[in-house]
Amino acid sequence: MRKLLLVALLVMGLAACARPAPDTLKIGSKPFPESELLADMLAILAQERGIPVTRIGNLGGTKITFDALKSGSIDVYPEYTGTGLMEILQQAATNDPNEALELVRQGFLKAYDIEWLEPLGFNNTYALAMKTAEMKALGIRTISQLAPKSGGLIFGCSHEFYDRPDGYPGLVEFYGLHFKKVERLQHGLAYQALLQDKIDLTDVYSTDGRLDPETMTVLVDDRHFFPPYYAAPVARREALLRFPAAREALNALAGRIDDPTMQRLNRQVEVEKVPSKEVALNFLRKQGLVRGEAGALQTGRGGDVAQVLWARRGEIAVLVGQHLALTGVAMGLAIAVGIPLGIVISRSVRLAAPVLVAAGVLQTIPSIALLAFMIPYLGLGAKPAIAALFLYALLPVLRNTYTGIRGVDPALVEVGLGMGLRARQILTLVEIPLAMPVIMAGIRTAAVISIGTATLAAWIGAGGLGDPIVTGLTRNDVPTILTGAIPAAVLAVVVDLALGGLERLVTPRTG
Amino acid sequence: MIALEGVWKEFPAPRGSERPAQRAVDDVSFTVPAGETLCLIGTSGCGKTTTLKMINRLVEPSGGRILINGSDTAASDRIALRRGIGYVIQKIGLLPHRTVAENIALLPRLEGWDASRLRARTDELLDMVGLRGYGGRYPAELSGGQQQRVGVARALALDPPILLMDEPFGALDPITRESLQDEFVRLKEVFKKTIVMVTHDLQEAFKLGDRVALMEQGRMVQIGAESDFRARPASPFVEDFLRAHLAHPTLSAIPALSAVARDARPSDDAPTLPRDATMKQAMDLFFRYPAATTLALVDENGTAVGAVTRESLLQAV
Repeated sequence: MRKLLLVALLVMGLAACARPAPDTLKIGSKPFPESELLADMLAILAQERGIPVTRIGNLGGTKITFDALKSGSIDVYPEYTGTGLMEILQQAATNDPNEALELVRQGFLKAYDIEWLEPLGFNNTYALAMKTAEMKALGIRTISQLAPKSGGLIFGCSHEFYDRPDGYPGLVEFYGLHFKKVERLQHGLAYQALLQDKIDLTDVYSTDGRLDPETMTVLVDDRHFFPPYYAAPVARREALLRFPAAREALNALAGRIDDPTMQRLNRQVEVEKVPSKEVALNFLRKQGLVRGEAGALQTGRGGDVAQVLWARRGEIAVLVGQHLALTGVAMGLAIAVGIPLGIVISRSVRLAAPVLVAAGVLQTIPSIALLAFMIPYLGLGAKPAIAALFLYALLPVLRNTYTGIRGVDPALVEVGLGMGLRARQILTLVEIPLAMPVIMAGIRTAAVISIGTATLAAWIGAGGLGDPIVTGLTRNDVPTILTGAIPAAVLAVVVDLALGGLERLVTPRTG
Repeated sequence: MIALEGVWKEFPAPRGSERPAQRAVDDVSFTVPAGETLCLIGTSGCGKTTTLKMINRLVEPSGGRILINGSDTAASDRIALRRGIGYVIQKIGLLPHRTVAENIALLPRLEGWDASRLRARTDELLDMVGLRGYGGRYPAELSGGQQQRVGVARALALDPPILLMDEPFGALDPITRESLQDEFVRLKEVFKKTIVMVTHDLQEAFKLGDRVALMEQGRMVQIGAESDFRARPASPFVEDFLRAHLAHPTLSAIPALSAVARDARPSDDAPTLPRDATMKQAMDLFFRYPAATTLALVDENGTAVGAVTRESLLQAV
């Protein structure tokens, strides 16, 4: 018992020491390659101008990333005008790119004190793609030109596009399209289907890296049906004041990346598996925005899983360390709170029911949602992750302590009282030792759950073994996913076994 | 000396129940002089256990006074009071994660005794209850009777002048119970403790108690020695109670011959008993020879006339 508390306190102490970081410009990104790549470029440009930078990647989607920006957990990230207008400001779409930019500029400044810097140039919106050869055969370049020929064509339509009012239904009406047939299919399969002539055209993102420029071409949206999604850095005004050189650095890319360029860069990351930072640096060098050889570069990723695991062993060791720190601190807190609370509620049935129900409800909140809820209060990184993991670990520890203590033979308590033991002595000499196997089982359960759930902490920038999993998922890169998933699984097994050993050690013998 | 003066206990009625609060114990008074054993007897729910638990304040009386050697227990420190009173219950309550010796030494250790004194006291008590050499075992490795011997030894560890026992032999099989009762009588003479024991077995009460107090519905019906009960039952209720509870002849009144196993022959090395021995004597013999599976009943010439097995004896009981 005392040993457990000691370990818990130790872990918490270490975590407390590991904090204070110097002020940096915190550059975030959403969990897909284009966002990562742009953020990497912004980070390199800022560093070139002597601004200390922290790069926080793989944030879990628009809500989490924008919440992080609002709360100051990050200072900058690349956003799209369409997303800013419709998802964040909840305003109606507009087809005019300049109007959209103006609307988000004013809206963000007013509502959030956040600035839209200069757009980078490209527009990552929906588009229709065809095989280049077929387009030439039909003699068309634009969607307007497509309309009269559409009666003979099969449209491979992604599920999402089919259902959105600004997708298929609006499109066919706007341009007067009448396809021979509409084939609904998974986005990832559409490219394959197009190359195999199963379909004639499909909806794509205009800068998608999987769009092969050798064989496919995007039809020009000549009447501007699709809402504009121009990319630009969004930054907290306060951060631009904190780092006076930041504005110029972040605006250095203004207008320099057009659609085909962005598409080509995405392709390097997504298809050719070149590391994002390397693609970013090479591009900036060619643009003359970075001199010399800034930053050491690693190359030659890929290969089979064993090779990848071995090649990245140093990186994995660091991630395992982060992972253990996250779960260790959360477990320490859960033990420090759960065991005393479990003892208290074992004394009062009236208290037990609401406390256990509350802990149970916490358990049912989806992990990603719980992590997202934490950001406004605790920002990004380890703190909200630990808080969420703590809440998940609490129930098993709490409930098993309660059950374990309640399960102690009442005759033992009665005879203990009768012979003149104090309440404290009954707790330490009788109840806790006898409840120990059950309490330890709860701690084991909590630890294994925590190690699994902690992989999700990467979505809010807490690091750990979830980092390669998230990165791999966004790039469809299985070896990278496995460099996180395999060590996480091994870690869960090892920790479970170790705690099993500890359980045998602290379980009193009875024969 | 223990004295109860007009003690009563009222438990609040269960919430939402129509019934008024119930008096579990109603105006009970008695005195147990030092060195005497009083057995509290009565049907279940008569208030005998509540009465017992009020003496060490596991249950606080609603009214009346309980005096120990003249001082009111209500004014004493509960922990100190309890450490001066040995407590033995039917379920024994040995700590399963502590050895026999650790169980016995629990209170002395908390009282800060040093190791050599602890060891000496533990050995002494183990000797006394016939479990020398069992100190290193765990309770689960002991039989029920052995566990209760440890329970008694633990209660005596601080040498308290008073012992409270709540059906201490109630969970044991008849053979073990009988032998522990005999041992209790022996120890009682040696230690001269003041003892209050709860039992529902009138034979046990008469055998172990210097006096017996019969309770019914929270009230004391009669208190006195066995002869008083037999000669002058205080009420028709007492008469009925005696008749019902003394209907079975005691083990020492039944011949061992009635427990002979029809299909068994005594082994050559079987312990022997005279053919007119009682069942009680047969039980005692089995206790003395734990390895024996049969007993031989022999006539004056030493010729076996029948075999008693443990099973046949238990069946006859």
